[in-house]
Amino acid sequence: NHKTLETSWLAFLASDVHPPHDWSSISWWSEVQMGPPDPILGVSEAYKRDTNPKKINLGVGAYRDDQGKPYVLSCVRKAEAQIAAKKLDKEYLAIGGLGDFTKACAKLALGDDNEVIKSGRNITVQTISGTGSLRIGANFLSRFHTEARDVYLPKPSWGNHTPIFRDAGMQLKAYTYYDPKTCGFDFQGALNDISKIPEKSVIMLHACAHNPTGVDPRPEQWKEIADLVKKRNLLVFFDMAYQGFASGDIDRDAWAVRYFIEQGHNIVLSQSFAKNMGLYGERVGGFTVVCKDAEEAKRVESQLKILIRPIYSNPPMNGARIAATILNTPDLYKEWLGEVHGMANRIITMRELLVANLKKEGSTRNWKHVIDQIGMFCFTGLKPEQVERLTKEFSIYMTKDGRISMAGVTSGNVGYLAQGIHAVTK
Amino acid sequence: MITECHPCNISGCSWWSEVQMGPPDPILGVSEAYKRDTNPKKINLGVGAYRDDQGKPYVLSCVRKAEAQIAAKKLDKEYLAIGGLGDFTKACAKLALGDDNEVIKSGRNITVQTISGTGSLRIGANFLSRFHTEARDVYLPKPSWGNHTPIFRDAGMQLKAYTYYDPKTCGFDFQGALNDISKIPEKSVIMLHACAHNPTGVDPRPEQWKEIADLVKKRNLLVFFDMAYQGFASGDIDRDAWAVRYFIEQGHNIVLSQSFAKNMGLYGERVGGFTVVCKDAEEAKRVESQLKILIRPIYSNPPMNGARIAATILNTPDLYKEWLGEVHGMANRIITMRELLVANLKKEGSTRNWKHVIDQIGMFCFTGLKPEQVERLTKEFSIYMTKDGRISMAGVTSGNVGYLAQGIHAVTK
Repeated sequence: NHKTLETSWLAFLASDVHPPHDWSSISWWSEVQMGPPDPILGVSEAYKRDTNPKKINLGVGAYRDDQGKPYVLSCVRKAEAQIAAKKLDKEYLAIGGLGDFTKACAKLALGDDNEVIKSGRNITVQTISGTGSLRIGANFLSRFHTEARDVYLPKPSWGNHTPIFRDAGMQLKAYTYYDPKTCGFDFQGALNDISKIPEKSVIMLHACAHNPTGVDPRPEQWKEIADLVKKRNLLVFFDMAYQGFASGDIDRDAWAVRYFIEQGHNIVLSQSFAKNMGLYGERVGGFTVVCKDAEEAKRVESQLKILIRPIYSNPPMNGARIAATILNTPDLYKEWLGEVHGMANRIITMRELLVANLKKEGSTRNWKHVIDQIGMFCFTGLKPEQVERLTKEFSIYMTKDGRISMAGVTSGNVGYLAQGIHAVTK
Repeated sequence: MITECHPCNISGCSWWSEVQMGPPDPILGVSEAYKRDTNPKKINLGVGAYRDDQGKPYVLSCVRKAEAQIAAKKLDKEYLAIGGLGDFTKACAKLALGDDNEVIKSGRNITVQTISGTGSLRIGANFLSRFHTEARDVYLPKPSWGNHTPIFRDAGMQLKAYTYYDPKTCGFDFQGALNDISKIPEKSVIMLHACAHNPTGVDPRPEQWKEIADLVKKRNLLVFFDMAYQGFASGDIDRDAWAVRYFIEQGHNIVLSQSFAKNMGLYGERVGGFTVVCKDAEEAKRVESQLKILIRPIYSNPPMNGARIAATILNTPDLYKEWLGEVHGMANRIITMRELLVANLKKEGSTRNWKHVIDQIGMFCFTGLKPEQVERLTKEFSIYMTKDGRISMAGVTSGNVGYLAQGIHAVTK
């Protein structure tokens, strides 16, 4: 009983419990190597150390307003106020997350009247933003898609795709995607490579605003890809991290996803609300499996839950409540559409301004791709040596592959940026 | 743009025809049966979350205050670092190890923010799987929290067990544990519940912990502490962390999972920490780099909201003090319910030994009820618990403890 516990407890506090310190023999981790430094983090850290008042950070993967500041959406603040006023409890969500969120998340991607949702043949679970969604998907494929181990990523793809699938036990392969000669889409190259992918392999497609290139297929190209993928009998994994953020239009950015589903592809889909709702650190995302029918969706759901439970039990509530409030409240939803449109427009405007300024500087290079590319990132076509000069001589920071985040460009710094780029490319 | 292609006329369009329906969750089944029951006297003792004396979820006052403070600051929502919020991880480590702990002062711990306790255990399991290559086996106490098994298994470890609970006494089988531990192969991982063992509520006494620490050192085992109930067990933060701190003092370089789900009531916000106590600060840096490489392809960086709340509480003296009081209050209510239940059982005329109900500690109580008795309790009295006879004391209130005692007495007399 507690009395006895108390007595022995006090006895122990009084006793001498200071053993010799002999930790040198107890090192479990002496073979653990220092991991390679994160390349993108390195860029940000070098930027922070730089004292040049004109410095620009174009490595940032988050939206910035025209003053270069992080932007919390107005509809998000309103949703937060509404939620706070309700004084909700903090009880665990279900393993698959907040129902009001997952339903709205699926509708956002597939469209309100989508036959998939009406027939209940999708299962959509709340995830820890886009990364969490991709990893749940990768783990699910690894466990249940036993006919094939290979995942084909576009060349290049988001850096984190590779360890996500690899750590989940899949093998990584690639298909041609970006054409460095045109800074555009290598459509024929992609078709050639896709036509050779073994049946039942997984093919990763970026739904819109391809990361890192900003290069998206045109609708007629998407149609041919959909056709070929069907012929090759491939399992389509869509990564949609920028819905609304790419063109400014929610439905337009989801067009490829919806087209593939209409064509009969039973896809898997990852969604993120990090960028389009500015919910970055709240970690809001969804993972969807489009199944044959509602019965199959139930089976898949049960297995997703069994997979999720030993990773994190159930997902974080706060961001999902915010997103659900916005998606399910007409006024807030309307305001959100406007703010997403605004963010996308600022990016597009910066693209136009950058090209205009480059011309003004006297550049005779073809910068059309800067305007053709879409979304947060731009593959400038700059070579590593040019990137290095930009950083050393102008304090303009970007990743070595010449990728810039258009979100880091402002009307205040675009002139200086054009100066620098022209200087290293003329 | 719907073509004439019907979704199901493509060969191979059903990728998931071989996917079986998974077994229903046992605990969820209890809650669902409870919800369907129309008996006004029904009691849900499966609930793994604290309830106040009205049976309602309880959001701590210090949490509401912290939330208000945070909202007023109008902070942005930029990504946290991969390892989480620094103000949180530092405070999290201090809470577990003590403010003046030499480990923290020498910088030889690495503490990362995780997705509550489960996320912490899984990061730990993945880390062990990748870097503790000398042994694949994790030894869990018998019984342990159900989710421990799939966590380690899905991470690639093998599960084994050591004797822990003694069903004859409803207490700790100390000799049985020592016997089993003495046979565990060197360098294996041993899981220890820091306090308030889940599901039994049975904790070793300090002198028993001392012997276990000694034996574990002799066997050269890697200690993995799971501390999901610090403060919630005895009502005292330092007392509940005693075993963890003792082992570290004895030179065990442990790994530790912490959860703030129960002690701060932050359940759905998912706040936790994972700590590796290393040989020195240089090793801690290497381990940190590898933890980040492991975490990045799972979820990139952890959720901010709960960590901000916890950090605010831990780092604001007034709120910290209020929190200690509230945790003490929750633990006390549980202890009071234990005492009330035993008193009521005696009043009912029960002659059985119910001492274990008071000796056990934390949210759960292993009643010692057999499956048939549990079934009767559910069918005849609408009292719901898991088949192993485990009850959540959090579901007991001064309003229902009398009825509960009636039911338990009826099925055990």
